[in-house]
Amino acid sequence: MEQLLQQVLAGLATGAIYATMALAVVMIYQAIDHLNFAQGEMAMFSTFVAWQLMQWGVPYWGAFALAVGLSFVGGVAIERVLFRPIHNAPILSQLVAFIALFSILNSSAGEIWDFTIKTFPTPFGTKPFLGSSLISTHQAGMIGVTLVMLGLLYLFFRGSRLGLAMRAAAANPESARLAGIRVGWMIALGWGMSAAIGAVAGMLIAPIVFLEPNMMLGVLLYGFAGAVLGGLSSPGGAVLGGFAVGVIENLAGTFIPYVGHQMKLTLALIVIVAVLMVRPTGLFGRAVVNRV
Amino acid sequence: MALGEPAAVRPLAPRVAKADAHWRNRQNLAVGASVLAALAAPLFVQNFVVFQLTLVMIYGLAILGLNLLTGFNGQFSLGHSAFYGIGAYTAAIMMNQNIDYYWTLPCAGAVCFVVGFLFGLPALRLQGIYLALATFALAAAMPQILKFQPLEPLTGGVQGISLLKPDPPPGVPLNADQWLYYFTLAVLLLMLGGAASFVKSRSGRAIMAIRDHPIAAAAMGIDTALYKTLTFGLSALYTGVAGALGAIVIQFVGPDSFPFLLSVSFLVGLVVGGVGSIPGSLVGGVFVLFVPNLAERISTGLSGAIYGVILLIVIFAMPLGAAGFARWAATRLRFARNPATTGSVGRK
Amino acid sequence: MKKVTRRSILAAAPAALALAAIPARAAKNYGPGVSDTEIKIGNTGPYSGPASSYGTIPKSEAAYFRMVNDQGGVNGRKINFISYDDAYSPPKTVEQVRKLVEEDHVLLVMSPLGTPTNSAIWRYMNAKKVPQLFVATGATKWDDPKGHPWTMGWQPNYQSEGHTYAAYILQNKPGAKIAVLYQNDDFGKDYLKGVTDGLGDKANMIVLAAPYETTDPTVDSQIISMKAAGADVFVNTGIPKFAAQAIRKAAEIEWKPLQILASVGNSVGAALKPAGLQNAKGIVSDFYLKDPTDPQWKNDPGYQQWVAFMDKYYPEGDKSDSGNVTGPSLCATMVQVLKQCGDNLTRENVMQQAANLHHFRVPMLLPGIEINTSPTDFAPIKQLQMGRFDGQRWQLFGSLISGQAPS
Repeated sequence: MEQLLQQVLAGLATGAIYATMALAVVMIYQAIDHLNFAQGEMAMFSTFVAWQLMQWGVPYWGAFALAVGLSFVGGVAIERVLFRPIHNAPILSQLVAFIALFSILNSSAGEIWDFTIKTFPTPFGTKPFLGSSLISTHQAGMIGVTLVMLGLLYLFFRGSRLGLAMRAAAANPESARLAGIRVGWMIALGWGMSAAIGAVAGMLIAPIVFLEPNMMLGVLLYGFAGAVLGGLSSPGGAVLGGFAVGVIENLAGTFIPYVGHQMKLTLALIVIVAVLMVRPTGLFGRAVVNRV
Repeated sequence: MALGEPAAVRPLAPRVAKADAHWRNRQNLAVGASVLAALAAPLFVQNFVVFQLTLVMIYGLAILGLNLLTGFNGQFSLGHSAFYGIGAYTAAIMMNQNIDYYWTLPCAGAVCFVVGFLFGLPALRLQGIYLALATFALAAAMPQILKFQPLEPLTGGVQGISLLKPDPPPGVPLNADQWLYYFTLAVLLLMLGGAASFVKSRSGRAIMAIRDHPIAAAAMGIDTALYKTLTFGLSALYTGVAGALGAIVIQFVGPDSFPFLLSVSFLVGLVVGGVGSIPGSLVGGVFVLFVPNLAERISTGLSGAIYGVILLIVIFAMPLGAAGFARWAATRLRFARNPATTGSVGRK
Repeated sequence: MKKVTRRSILAAAPAALALAAIPARAAKNYGPGVSDTEIKIGNTGPYSGPASSYGTIPKSEAAYFRMVNDQGGVNGRKINFISYDDAYSPPKTVEQVRKLVEEDHVLLVMSPLGTPTNSAIWRYMNAKKVPQLFVATGATKWDDPKGHPWTMGWQPNYQSEGHTYAAYILQNKPGAKIAVLYQNDDFGKDYLKGVTDGLGDKANMIVLAAPYETTDPTVDSQIISMKAAGADVFVNTGIPKFAAQAIRKAAEIEWKPLQILASVGNSVGAALKPAGLQNAKGIVSDFYLKDPTDPQWKNDPGYQQWVAFMDKYYPEGDKSDSGNVTGPSLCATMVQVLKQCGDNLTRENVMQQAANLHHFRVPMLLPGIEINTSPTDFAPIKQLQMGRFDGQRWQLFGSLISGQAPS
């Protein structure tokens, strides 16, 4: 029983990693209506930028702010330079462009910063949180930041004109254009925001998993799984999905005898696919109705 | 999500019959010339290149499998490395039991068809990104399953299985590489022909109708569920046979031979060759095998980045893949030659 | 069972010199890829793909051969080191190695990296009779002179390391409850097998063996399970990233077992520092190379030589990456083999000389560790040394252990 509690708590702590990433995944989904496979690598690259700034003597928060700002600009630039010219190409071609971007970022980061793991500082400290050694203050802080970002995004998309315009541009570009929304720039803005959220996610994740070019590989996969499980149209659902994936994975790995430890990933994926069987658009996703 | 991008597959506009027949003759000529070139190639290049060309055909066949599913039926898969792996392991396990290599192909195909069909059943409920995740799960889980301890007597566990290279039949004046090349070529031509006639058949039209408009297709009385699962099975069969050939030619299978990244390579090959184009699949095979080599020749340390840049350039230059580019070039050519008959193409 | 008797140390240096001198007098005899001015050596490594962190090993090898060439080459011949990217994918390794052998006509293929990749070319190399020397993997199977006379390992094999840990546990904590963390692939399972075999009939001392996948973000869950299982010995065989995570997590949840760390993850700079030096205090590990991030080697001539090499020929290389120690050490062994070959540079003689290394020392091998091979012994490095971390550096203790796993 004690171990159950511990594994659930540890799952929540790991789930916080996935949840942060899932939020960034949903952000780009809201903006461009599909997934960005290079998102993890973009986050990794942003984190390296922050690390490099700190190596040059910039204090933590300065580096943090600069990295988020640079990532925003970088995200907009990637959209303008790489994806704007092919926005009419089929979705699979765009997907391959994501794969290309992934490969470029991963390979250059390895060449610039090497592959040895690097520690990344945390602003929250690593003391046990509320006396529990299972969740550190950093992990608690990370959950807090994720929830705050979620709240801000909610307000942004529901409340602000810009947020509404972005949603309109993603959901129905033609009508949005007729309503005077500059759809192209809305998409670029979405890229920038998702890159910035990714940078925050990367900088929160790096203290836990260590900074190295391949650090986001697994995280992105689980982040996707979390986002899809929760429902891609729902930021709250995605965050919840991220936490759920963390917990499911730990429980399957620990408590399914013999098979569990060896097939942790497989079992977690089976659970997720099983959930999708029952709810094909995720737990909190809205079903898309096709018009004939 | 309109993954298949039907516009790219359909003829651009009604054509003038005469020009069309003329063009079809040209096409037949091109196919014939390609086959002849493929038959002659091994006699003029060294063994290593023969081996590479064999791999190109194998990857092309695997991509063709994916193409049947994605290009013609509009279902998306990131799981084809798993089918490729299952095919390869089927061949390897059988060859380990001293069964002749040519028997492994139909078995690998059959096993993969069943697995693909069964996987297609739950996939029916999923679309687009959700289907992508489910198929991705299959690909990600495959290495873990292959390493799974209780299966070790069969799969060789983490160490994999080493195979002997089959010799050419007695009396055939070819070396082992050349023999495998012709063997693969024969299988490939057979399966290319099968795919081409399948696509043109009633069933082929049915799966394309499902891709283009599932609701309308169902309204016309097409059993969408059956056709979709059958296509899944057929697609897995093609990729599985490719996997079996791969195992025979590489002479080794191991869990690390079939990572999720292999699925990504297939996807890249599919898009670069042309979604919904049968010959395009072979172009995809060429890309998958040779472009990484080209990238590392430019810079060993940054080979990943160079590969990405090449990929971007290709997508920028040919957003519809090689097949789309060829169609576009052919249209331009015809227009330039005879503006009167083809004036309607592409403009109104 | 292979057990190598140590030859007399006194005879070492003159014997090596004599061996180098004899073939030099013989007539020139060249295999493929050799001329009066050049020796072609092939290699594959993961410059891209999931294992690209090991890409620095072949890069440091290329740098080392640049240095050798600047110093006049080997017996007057420059080394032409041709290295291709195989992305850690066995089919790609087969393709690239065939290119090396059939198109580039290399004399030999040196230290291809990885167990699955080397397994894929194993049969081909032996059928073609091309030396597959000093493979960069610690699987046990490479020491098979009878079955695969053209393939040779280099580093101590993972299973023998596992044996060493088992022996240490049996001696120091006979009633222990052991937990093992391992990577779910060939290398991790070899370690686990080594520990299990080494415990013999006491294998039930292992209360939990938990694998991780390289795509796992963390190993927190595994560590918690280990603590919950009541283990008081923790055998940590992870690569630096996961080794460091495990050490840190154990400290965070106040689990204080006796920790044994495998040599793949025992770099002070690349694993212990990220984990927190105070968390790593008291950890026991085994060594055969000098850890370049361990301050105790600061004034060691071998280390200084290595630093000079890195500064001049591979300045962009990371000096805290143990791969950059492995690469040059592999090359030094290779150069010794070529020196011994003299002008008789056929593939057969390369294998003969590779199986004829006696008391050969490499600057970055630990003091006292020597490379020895014979026609019946294809495992160049067999000795290990245990050490304990004192919070700053590894304190080596005990005598050299002959870590030869019975095969």
